[in-house]
Amino acid sequence: MTPFTKHRGIVATLSRANVDTDAIIPKQFLKSIKRTGYGPNAFFDWRYTADGQPDPKFELNQDRFAGRSILATRNNFGCGSSREHAVWALAQDGYRVIIAPWVERDGKRLPGFADIFRSNTTKNGILAIELPETDVDTIFASVAEHHGLEATVDLTSQQLILHSPEPAVFHFDIETSAKDQLLKGLDGIDLTLAHADAIDRFERDHETWL
Amino acid sequence: MGITLFDKIWSAHVVRDLPDGTSLLYIDRHLVHEVTSPQAFEGLRLAGRRIRRPELTFATMDHNVPTTPDRLDIADPVSRAQMEALKANCDEFGIPLYGLGDERQGIVHVIGPELGLTLPGLTIVCGDSHTSTHGAFGALAFGIGTSEVEHVLVTQTLVQRKPGSFRVEFTGRPGPHIFSKDMVLRMIGLIGTAGGTGYVLEYGGEAVRALSMEARMSICNMSIEAGARAGMIAPDETTFDYVAREKRPFAPGEEDFERALSHWRSLPSDDDALYDRTLTIDTAALAPQVTWGTNPGMVIDVDQVIPEPDDLPGYSREDVTKALDYMGLSPGTRLTDVDVDVVFIGSCTNSRIEDLRQAAAVLDGRRKAEHVELLVVPGSEQVRRQAEAEGLDRIFKDAGAQWRFAGCSMCLGMNPDQLRPQQRCASTSNRNFEGRQGKGGRTHLVSPEMAAAAAVAGRFVDIRTWLES
Repeated sequence: MTPFTKHRGIVATLSRANVDTDAIIPKQFLKSIKRTGYGPNAFFDWRYTADGQPDPKFELNQDRFAGRSILATRNNFGCGSSREHAVWALAQDGYRVIIAPWVERDGKRLPGFADIFRSNTTKNGILAIELPETDVDTIFASVAEHHGLEATVDLTSQQLILHSPEPAVFHFDIETSAKDQLLKGLDGIDLTLAHADAIDRFERDHETWL
Repeated sequence: MGITLFDKIWSAHVVRDLPDGTSLLYIDRHLVHEVTSPQAFEGLRLAGRRIRRPELTFATMDHNVPTTPDRLDIADPVSRAQMEALKANCDEFGIPLYGLGDERQGIVHVIGPELGLTLPGLTIVCGDSHTSTHGAFGALAFGIGTSEVEHVLVTQTLVQRKPGSFRVEFTGRPGPHIFSKDMVLRMIGLIGTAGGTGYVLEYGGEAVRALSMEARMSICNMSIEAGARAGMIAPDETTFDYVAREKRPFAPGEEDFERALSHWRSLPSDDDALYDRTLTIDTAALAPQVTWGTNPGMVIDVDQVIPEPDDLPGYSREDVTKALDYMGLSPGTRLTDVDVDVVFIGSCTNSRIEDLRQAAAVLDGRRKAEHVELLVVPGSEQVRRQAEAEGLDRIFKDAGAQWRFAGCSMCLGMNPDQLRPQQRCASTSNRNFEGRQGKGGRTHLVSPEMAAAAAVAGRFVDIRTWLES
């Protein structure tokens, strides 16, 4: 896996909450037995018109977002199906960072990303950043105002710097294990195989009823 | 302080607690299907790794399979290649496969319990978000991505951070024609599609205890639609009866059953167990639920009107407007005034024998509306044979339905069963996302009885009053 340390790129915005993985990569592309080739089909139903042309109504098709590699979106991104194809599609479509807000509802904090999706991002070298809603609103407003706005994401210092005329700096939290895995580009299976002795011992007394 | 069902299973499966607060968790059952596994097997091969416990791994074909009588002759070459890949992978690595044409084939979350693979106290994973279904037996069961599928194949473990615990108490007893599908849709409407993210849900209360295993599976199945990777229900006599009832080839045999039973009886949460969050829902006042929008949290009682874009807590005006626009609906509309084009009875949520019996009871002696296409797809070949033995297939066919072979079918339309753009569908499945059942298709989630009634009336009806009229 490609390590993720620092990344600078154009920020694109997608102002929709609860974007599900069916929308990120529709069913027909799940029939492939390969890990590659998904990029052009990311957001397929929104991205293309019936005759296969880019749909000008879809936010991410705007010229101003050409070459973007950072996606700012709304809460509960990646909900629904566990399909890792959604993350493969985003990665192969050039995204390295996805930003989504946690929101408060009835006094409870609701996460920016769905669980399985988030876990899949780390395993594919994509950084999922969760920020307070007001920060994400600021990013949306800044991107709307400044065409081609770029940001730098520094995973080591856990900072996102928005390169607007008045630069804005946001700190983000990330789990130690996810950070470590991304920074070093580690393979999760190799990490676990280091505990093979513990798995052997566990299995000796463990009942599976088979 | 008491311990929860979830805590008991979790701690019995921790191989090692890791320094960063995550745990290496042992996996007892790994269920595999054709869509999310080929890249994992390919990864294994490329790295020259082997499968640690093939005997704890079981595969079926469900997502892609055609459900028509000519299903064995798969017309779509890409679908066929994916199923052939699974067959080749299972042969190479020694994994039992219930493939297309096998008498045990079916939706992975229907056949796991049928085969006795799903048991209380186990950890169960599958590259499919509806793996939460198996939690109905008091197992810890959750969906994983393909990288994690590969991880489990090689190590029989997963690295997980322990989720929080969330108790949902369903009090009272629901009235006639109200089902577990209505209970879980109501819950998702209350807490939203991210309300359970980061938690394992435990469902309890009088209304849950009274449910059959089939009905419990429908609730746990949709835990993921509230964002929770897992949902569970404490095992009880209903659970033990289900496991022991039929010849389930992988359930503990006579020599082990008593020992298993005594373990299973120790699993339910202690009376004084504490949860990180709790929610109580009174089922006595519950009405049939129908979704109107593009996620399962956008749901109302069948006799309510579709909300105004500004009136929906937790959603922006923009989101609600987009959803209404996609669904071709306007605020203030009653769904009982809305016609349906297609009715789909099936999916890992509602395709078990009890679901089919409920739908058949409504359809018996009635006929679908002329303009409606009605599809009934059993969840497994075993369910299909059982339904045919009970004569349900005859009722469905006499009502004008297409009676199919087992598979995921129109729940996600990976096979030829799909909605066309703008077609409106009353569906017993689990997701009303944009394009889920076919590009441009409009899905409304309902119980099997509500779906069957919609097929006859040609529009949504309130099953409670419609049956009497």
